[in-house]
Amino acid sequence: MERSQLEKLALLARLNVDDSVFEEVSQGISQVLGLVEQLQAVDTTGVEPMAHPLDALQRLRPDEVTEGNCRDAYQAIAPQTENGLYLVPKVIE
Amino acid sequence: MHKLSLAELAKGLRDKSYSSVELTEHYLDRIKRLDGNYNSFITVTEERALEQARAADQALAAGNTSPLCGVPIAHKDIFCTAGVKTTCGSRMLDNFVPPYDATVVENLGRAGCVTLGKTNMDEFAMGSSNETSYFGLVKNPWDTNCVPGGSSGGSAAAVAAQLAPVATATDTGGSIRQPAALCGLTGLKPTYGRISRWGMIAFASSLDQAGTLARSAEDTALMLGAMASFDPKDSTSVDKDVPDYTAALPDKIAGLKIGIPKEYFGEGLNAGTEQRVKEAIAELEKLGATLVDISLPHTHLAVPTYYVIAPAECSANLSRFDGVRYGHRCDDPQDLLDMYCRSRGEGFGNEVKRRILVGTYALSAGYYDAYYRKAQQIRRLIKQDFMEAFKQVDVIAGPTAPSVAFPFGAKKDPVAMYMEDIYTIATNLAGLPGLSLPCGLVDDKPVGLQLIGGYFEEARLLNVAHQFQLATDHHRHTPANID
Amino acid sequence: MEWETVIGLEVHIQLSTQSKLFSGSSTAFGAEPNTQASPVDLAMPGTLPVANAEAFRYAVLFGLAVNAQINHRSVFERKNYFYPDLPKGYQTTQLAEPIVGAGEVHIQLADGSTKTVRIHHAHLEEDAGKSLHEDFHGMSGIDLNRAGTPLIEVVTEPDMRSAEEAVAMARHLHSIVTALNICDGDMSQGSMRFDVNISVRPKGEEKLGTRTETKNLNSFRFMEDAIKLEVERQIDVLESGGKIIQETRLYNGDTRTARAMRSKEESMDYRYFPCPDLLPVVFDDEYVEHLRQQMPELPEAKRQRFMDSYGLSAYDANALASDRGTAAYFEAVADDSGEPKLAANWITGDLAAQLNQTETAIDACPITPEQLAGLIKRLADGTISSKIAKQVFTAMWEGEGTADEVIEKRGLKQVSDTGALEKMVAEVIASSPQQVENYRNADEKKRPKMLGYFVGQVMKTSKGQANPQALNEILLKKLEE
Repeated sequence: MERSQLEKLALLARLNVDDSVFEEVSQGISQVLGLVEQLQAVDTTGVEPMAHPLDALQRLRPDEVTEGNCRDAYQAIAPQTENGLYLVPKVIE
Repeated sequence: MHKLSLAELAKGLRDKSYSSVELTEHYLDRIKRLDGNYNSFITVTEERALEQARAADQALAAGNTSPLCGVPIAHKDIFCTAGVKTTCGSRMLDNFVPPYDATVVENLGRAGCVTLGKTNMDEFAMGSSNETSYFGLVKNPWDTNCVPGGSSGGSAAAVAAQLAPVATATDTGGSIRQPAALCGLTGLKPTYGRISRWGMIAFASSLDQAGTLARSAEDTALMLGAMASFDPKDSTSVDKDVPDYTAALPDKIAGLKIGIPKEYFGEGLNAGTEQRVKEAIAELEKLGATLVDISLPHTHLAVPTYYVIAPAECSANLSRFDGVRYGHRCDDPQDLLDMYCRSRGEGFGNEVKRRILVGTYALSAGYYDAYYRKAQQIRRLIKQDFMEAFKQVDVIAGPTAPSVAFPFGAKKDPVAMYMEDIYTIATNLAGLPGLSLPCGLVDDKPVGLQLIGGYFEEARLLNVAHQFQLATDHHRHTPANID
Repeated sequence: MEWETVIGLEVHIQLSTQSKLFSGSSTAFGAEPNTQASPVDLAMPGTLPVANAEAFRYAVLFGLAVNAQINHRSVFERKNYFYPDLPKGYQTTQLAEPIVGAGEVHIQLADGSTKTVRIHHAHLEEDAGKSLHEDFHGMSGIDLNRAGTPLIEVVTEPDMRSAEEAVAMARHLHSIVTALNICDGDMSQGSMRFDVNISVRPKGEEKLGTRTETKNLNSFRFMEDAIKLEVERQIDVLESGGKIIQETRLYNGDTRTARAMRSKEESMDYRYFPCPDLLPVVFDDEYVEHLRQQMPELPEAKRQRFMDSYGLSAYDANALASDRGTAAYFEAVADDSGEPKLAANWITGDLAAQLNQTETAIDACPITPEQLAGLIKRLADGTISSKIAKQVFTAMWEGEGTADEVIEKRGLKQVSDTGALEKMVAEVIASSPQQVENYRNADEKKRPKMLGYFVGQVMKTSKGQANPQALNEILLKKLEE
């Protein structure tokens, strides 16, 4: 895998990959991709993709409000909050 | 006390041979004295445990008849525990204290279990050796130079070292059964959907399933009965009655048809391991089972299929770890992008990064059909293999892992590590229940026999395992240095 | 060169369910930040989504209302991207298998003609939270109350050819969702938001031009303005030899300007895949048929009925049928008064103006339908003139009572009594000899115009209460003498 391609993936995944481990991670990925390459040889014409092992169907929930306000408890574990808001570096649209 | 089974412990508690507090103190003391050798716990919740034990003693005095009331257990650190740090083996969650309990934790709490602490694991359950934990590697009690297996290595080591009578665990590609094999334990991964995933930190949602690591099939049956439930909070949880898993344990297995898949005895299987497994299968035959040669022709595709699906699902599942609402945030982010990239870059270890990137690649534009869709199609072929086999047989038997526990650092290359799960991964892809039980030693290290059943056939797997354990004493072997 | 505008819409309709699409948090508007954000909405580890049945019912109703195919099997997918208002790092939406397939609606244009706009599909998805850009020491604040609120996203084909058509389509969708009662339709709270895809091409050209997307327009006025602005910009660019860049644009309603979004231009790769935490949703025919039976009358059908059974013009019928409250009000007044055309005139005229001016919703109108019907009855039976009727209307608005009470209290009853009118006419003729002279000498054709003077004089004396018809007759007779 090209360095630039891996950098693109890392940006898409919002993941810094330090130079010190870049080689290791990159090699590992190449090996995994080599491993999965053998899938290409399988003829899967007409096979329905299987997303769930049981081929089950979604159960729907009644439209009821079951959650109250627990903001303080939830924000107690937040990196940074103010006036009930989660703070992040400035969002630029 | 630590030598006793769950059923024996429960009897002792009811007979007042000891109180839950005494039992809990005994295990806490063992952990304190011995876990330095194994590093099987990330967090020990001493005060809470004693509090729960006192409550259990009161409940027992008031006539509580739950078989698990007052019994200490350990939870894999992947299950959220309200008010107790839950790390998933990652720096990302080193500071994460969930405000809620996983359904598994809730169910076992309701049954009266006492939680000793949270066990070590591969980071985000990604690994087969417990070497990827941010909190340090876990040592195998049978040989502390060797891995305990993974990802539930902490749970396995804790139970093998008798620091807990039983522990919860999860299995996405073999993470219960492989450590069970490597640590000489009975490990069950139930049918997908049998146990709620609510509060269990997701690795690959369509593969993850909770289960247990225990010292016998009987203990496993007791645990499964308490853990399994239909959970309206998990859309993939199955609305099906939970049977009494201990009820069928005494049934004889005469006439049982056991399938032996030829693909599970091919290249890559260690000769010693193969011999132990074949001896175990012969033992089952002696107990009256009929052996049937079967084929699971897509077996060789299970590992590559898994390494498309699991990374793809994990790449999305782990996007929530962004440093905004909880978990690790880097110091002094320059801007939003920097906050994301650095928080995630610092929070995740290399194996997690590798899988996120592989998954990102497999899902990206132009590759989706060739990788993800293809893998989902092959997944169906793998399931069909099993469905065909179960038309002829009741249970499938084979090895759990290709070899016994290996030394730390022996499998540097990720693909070599992935091959550890060569016999376990297909059952996750198909969603079937699988159980590993000890079947002897090679080089003084345990070997696991794997049993695979049809959907929701946990009771049958436990029955077969129990009958084997009545006839043999492999499961009673303990590491030499355990007193 | 003559240019043709091509417009397609993506409309986000916030469903008025009690709870969110995948969690039991309230969807109520205006709560304190993050007080309606549960562990599921916050994407805490180990939490899982369970889909809301009501959201599906609403989506099916919508599909039926736009004459669309209802897909009996639909699948949620994950759309992956990082944004602080998107807690999971992916939006749960539908792509390959949406709940609502292709459909079409017929919209009414200002000139009375109808136009068909095709719906490409409509899908269910979750809303994101909000980033607040007020300054928190150079940081942004994130409120996740809205995160997970159910939306239907409607995607139309590029069938609209002007800002007016696009707005007519937007209004039409608004009238449908409010008639179905699946969305409160409150644009100021973001209950309906429009993304507009715009391109231009030389008239006669088949190939579509490069399009831009103007996002998040939340009023019909802004939408119209933003489209006109963008069309103008694109034509300017093309006519000066430039090229249109495919981009997302933001419109600012305060300054009436738009600009390209500043977000980093990395190629967006959303990596959609079926959500493994959710299973396919499957309905049977029975369920869809059951909902079809429950469908309320839709604006399109209502419009036709207003024309057929009340004899209204297409324009009036459209104006009255588009809004559920207005339509109900009209029907009550028309049925009670037996004068549908007068009812339509009053409701689209004086009443609409007054409601608009005082920013009052029809449901809160101080004049009840019965009261307005009472007024119309008195107008129809000649008790009052239309001029007096306006006075009575104002008094009724002020709460002075029914039409009859106001007429009685203020003595506004029309004077139709011949004796009284003859007396007033005689007085006017006597006091205006010159005008009488002129009238009598005037040409036959000019006389009707000159009659106005005498009418005005009598009206003045009668304080407007003279019955115009009776007055006319008497005047003509007297002037001929």
